[in-house]
This record gives sequence, C-alpha cells and structure tokens, in this order.
Amino acid sequence: MARKLLLEHINVPDIHTFDVYRQKGGYRAVEKALKTLTPDEVVEEVKKSGLRGRGGAGFPTGMKWSFLAKPEGVARYLVCNADESEPGTFKDRYLMTHIPHALIEGMIVSSFALGAHTSYIYVRGEMMPQIRILERAIAEAKNAGFLGKNILGTGYDLELYVQPGGGAYICGEETALLESLEGKRGNPRIKPPFPAIAGLYGCPTVVNNVESIAATVPIINDGGDEYAKIGIGRSTGTKLISASGNLVRPGVYEIELGLPVEEFIYSDEWCGGIANGKRLKATVAGGSSVPVLPANLSLKLANGDPRLMSYESLSEGGFATGTMMGSGGFIAFDEDQCIVRNTWNFSRFYHHESCGQCSPCREGTGWMEKVLHRLEFGHGKMSDIDLLVDVSKKIEGNTICPLGDAAAWPVASAIRHFRDEFEWHVNEPVKSLDTNYGLANYAEPIAKAVSTEN
Amino acid sequence: MLKVEEQQPVQFSAALIEKSEEIVKRYPEGKQKSALLPILHEVQAELGWLSPNAMDKIAEFLSIEPIEVYEVASFYSMYFLKPQGKYVLEVCRTGPCCLVGAEKLMDHLQKSLGVKENEVTPDGLFSWRGVECLAACGYGPVLQIGPEYTFYENLNEQKVDDLIQDLRKK
Repeated sequence: MARKLLLEHINVPDIHTFDVYRQKGGYRAVEKALKTLTPDEVVEEVKKSGLRGRGGAGFPTGMKWSFLAKPEGVARYLVCNADESEPGTFKDRYLMTHIPHALIEGMIVSSFALGAHTSYIYVRGEMMPQIRILERAIAEAKNAGFLGKNILGTGYDLELYVQPGGGAYICGEETALLESLEGKRGNPRIKPPFPAIAGLYGCPTVVNNVESIAATVPIINDGGDEYAKIGIGRSTGTKLISASGNLVRPGVYEIELGLPVEEFIYSDEWCGGIANGKRLKATVAGGSSVPVLPANLSLKLANGDPRLMSYESLSEGGFATGTMMGSGGFIAFDEDQCIVRNTWNFSRFYHHESCGQCSPCREGTGWMEKVLHRLEFGHGKMSDIDLLVDVSKKIEGNTICPLGDAAAWPVASAIRHFRDEFEWHVNEPVKSLDTNYGLANYAEPIAKAVSTEN
Repeated sequence: MLKVEEQQPVQFSAALIEKSEEIVKRYPEGKQKSALLPILHEVQAELGWLSPNAMDKIAEFLSIEPIEVYEVASFYSMYFLKPQGKYVLEVCRTGPCCLVGAEKLMDHLQKSLGVKENEVTPDGLFSWRGVECLAACGYGPVLQIGPEYTFYENLNEQKVDDLIQDLRKK
C-alpha cells in the first residue's frame, strides 16, 4: 500500500470531530511548531520538504512564504484558497468534508510561520455544507484552546474565519480571490505588486491552496527532510488526485508522486480501469485547463518510457507531446466520447467564467465557443479548425491572469492531437450528430501516432 | 438583469440583522465591505432573491454605495436578481459530469418539471438551470438546491424524479 499522509485516517468514524482527530494524533504539529520552533524554522522545514503549490501552478510553497514582506506594524494575512472550481478537481471538497481539522491545523501552523494573526479560508459559495463543517470545526478547535488568544499559553494569537465566495471560477486566481474577499467583483489585479507585498487590504498576504496548507501538518510532524524522501525528483510528497470520467472507481486518491499513469488508471488499488469494459481514448491529467492527451501519450512519453504522475513527467515533451500536473484533476475519456463536444463544453465554461476584463479573453473565449458549437452541431467549415488555433494563440499570454491560457490550451491541444476528429466533423456533418469518431488510432503505440501527426 | 421596476418594500428579520452584524466583526475596522458576499447569501436565503430594494438596504447597512452592491451581485453566478422557484435545482453541466450523463439528466428535468431552463413552474415551486462545475466530478451527475445547497450525487432519472416528489410533499 502506498503511504498516506493526508488521508491516513479518512475511514476512521467521526474523524471530522475534534476529539477523534485529536486521538489520532491531530494538532501535534501545532504543539510542535508553537512550542518548539520559531516561525522561521517552520518556513525552513516547508522549504526543505520541497512542497509545491497544490492548487495548479506548482510553485514551491516555502519559497512563496519567504517572499512575504514583513514591514513593522503592518498586519500580514494568510488566505486559504478553497475556491475549488477547476473542472475535474474535487479533492479540496473531499478533504474539507471528511477531515476539516487537517486544514485548520495546517492553517494554524502556517499562520504562525507567517506571523499572521487573522486568517481567512475563502471557500466557494456553492460549498455551503463544507462551510458549515469548517465553522463547526473552528469552534471546536477554539474551544480546545487551539485558536483565539494566547494559543496553548505560547502568547500566539490567531483568529480564523471562513469566507464564502459567490460562484465564480475566476476567484480561484489569487488576486481575484483577494478582490472578492474585499467585497468586490472578482477581477484579477495587475501584478506586480504581488500579494506577498500588497495583498489583502494592501497588506502582505500569502494565498495557498487547501491541500498545500494541509500538507504542512505531516511536514512539521515528521520534518521536511522526511517528506522530501517521498516522491520522485523535484516532485516530493504525496498528492491528492481527483479521478473522474469513465473510470470503474472515480474518486479522490492520495498517491505518492511518481506513480505510473497506467498503474493509476488500471490497477485495482486505484481507479480499476475504464468503466463498462471500454477502452481509453484520452485523458486530461490536471484539470480542464491543461492539454488533453490521446491514450497513447497519456500512458507513455514520446520515447516510449512510461509516463509518471509527477510534475516533471506529465510535462515531459512540452505541449507537443506532454501536458501538466495542474491541480491533479484527472479526467478519463472512453472510446465513445467525442473530443469536439468536450472541447466545446470546456470552451463554454471558460467563456462563462471569463471576468471580462481583458479583450482577448472576453471576446476570444466566446468566439471559440461559437466556432466549436458549429463544428459539433454540423455547421463547421474546414477553415474553422485553423481559425480556432489562431484565436487560441491570440488569447494565450495576452491577458492579466492565466484564465486566458487556461481557455486556450484545451482547444489548441485538442486540435493538435485530434485534428482528424475535427475534420471528420466537417466532412460528416450529419453522421457526426449521432455517432462518434471512436477510438481511431489514439491508443496505437506511440511511434505510429507520432508519425501520423507528422 | 436588474429589474428596477420591482418596488416592494423589504424587511430584514432580527436574526438576519444579528447574523450580519456578527459577520462584519470578522474584518478589520473600516473593511466592513468584505462582509458583502456573505451578507448577500444571508439575504437571499431569507428573501429568495435580491431585489433592488434589498440591495439598497444592504448598501445602507454596510455604509457603501448601492452600485457597489449591484455590481457585485450581478458578477457572481449564485445571486438571483429576479424571483425564482422555491427550489432551484442546479445541475452541473461541465465536461466530467457530461461524460456520465448530465446532459440527458437536464433533458429529463425539463420534461419532468415542464419548464425550460431558468423558468419557474406555475405553482412557484421549482426552477432549474445548468451551472458550471460544482467540484464533485467523481460523483456525477450532481445537482444542488439552495439556500442550504444540499448536494445530490450519482444521479439518474429515477433519483431525480424521487427528489422532485419528496420536495413537492414538503
């Protein structure tokens, strides 16, 4: 069995309560950090652990923390990003539902490391049940002396609040999240200044994903060096993977980074293979924003070596033959799924969620959605395919925040790897309405697939 | 869109005002605008939607301009700017849920309720709409019902029909 750091006690009855969580060794990290370590030593352990941001960008958490400005007499804030909205990603909901105290313990340790005395957990508004769970857990922790004034008699004060969002994917972008937390529309800010210098209310602020914050608990308990021993290369530790789509057992899994993709999909310890005895056609490995890959490139690198679930291996080959780890939202498509339809669906999502601030994104996402709609519904032209590539290139890199890139990459990658399926939709406008292109050669051994592409 | 012709006066309950005052205390002095999103949720839970009068009242409570409330309420997808059915069934319509049948489920919902997306049934009980990813992709198709945002997973046509029946009986 693989090691579990975050979900070790997930099946213990009532682990969502303070008492059971405490019995299972919970809040040891708070005791250790507050009583035996200085804030800088906590930051040092997180740096040593090699932990990379689990929200999608993969930026080293310890380094992000060390950028935090510390001017005299100015408040500093830690804000937890629980605005989980990336299609394919549902690990944070799972963690907050079942082990809310893991997040709260992590918030206390992290706030202590950063010198924050007021911290917020920004939870997407739709997760009202999780907001209620967290608020109850915070009250329990406060009651036990782990929050509030003079925590455990160490002189450290911390107030922790849960803030609901209003239903906007864009608020997962950290500066949009801060705008939203200030009671405004979720329009991302121009950077610099980065939140580490001027974030919430203009004060130095760190924004971290739920899973990153929860991961500081095992890091403090066992030490950063121990954490760094798990995983492979610069992908240290364990990662929560949200598995969805046509799998036998979709759900949230904690893996040690470096697990082969093939094992993750087919092994009975994990997803158990493709549902209904179908064959795998494609995967989106890290949430809807990352490039979609055909089955062959999902399982193997271009050179034929197995592809692993790690930041490096998933992005091996760049966008030509690789993808990204993203937030770990792993979506599997079986042979009956239509790539054109799914690309249109994702485009509609990004069009709906664009904040409208930057023209390339506001106009481009809507344009791509329209073109994909006509391709899917039998009115497409052959020139539409290159038009989509052109529009996606003009969005990419030309917006304030990464939503533009996130909208462009799924479209560009779908055409890069599945162009023949798009062409089939143009050539067979009637047939494509009620039949699918099928598996084609997308699961063929790599050499053939790559040469077909050339 | 804002329906400015709606002119019914609104009244906030004592419990709502007390809750709102508690929310404002979460933020530093002078940053009470941060309470706007949570208070909008509270008001919508009590009144069912956010009328211009309700939003004006929130602006007054937070000492901000009404436009600061309108622009926020119209930006976020959870806030209703016109009256809805008592139960709003919100079905996830994004990619992963569609891989496991969300589109068929929405067709079925439209047939069962007899109204199109965003319309209210004649008895005022139901409306439904497709919403973007609800972060439960492994358990699709899913739907949620406010104001508690009760969550229903692994749905099929039978389960949705049963749910509608249960809500009718309430």
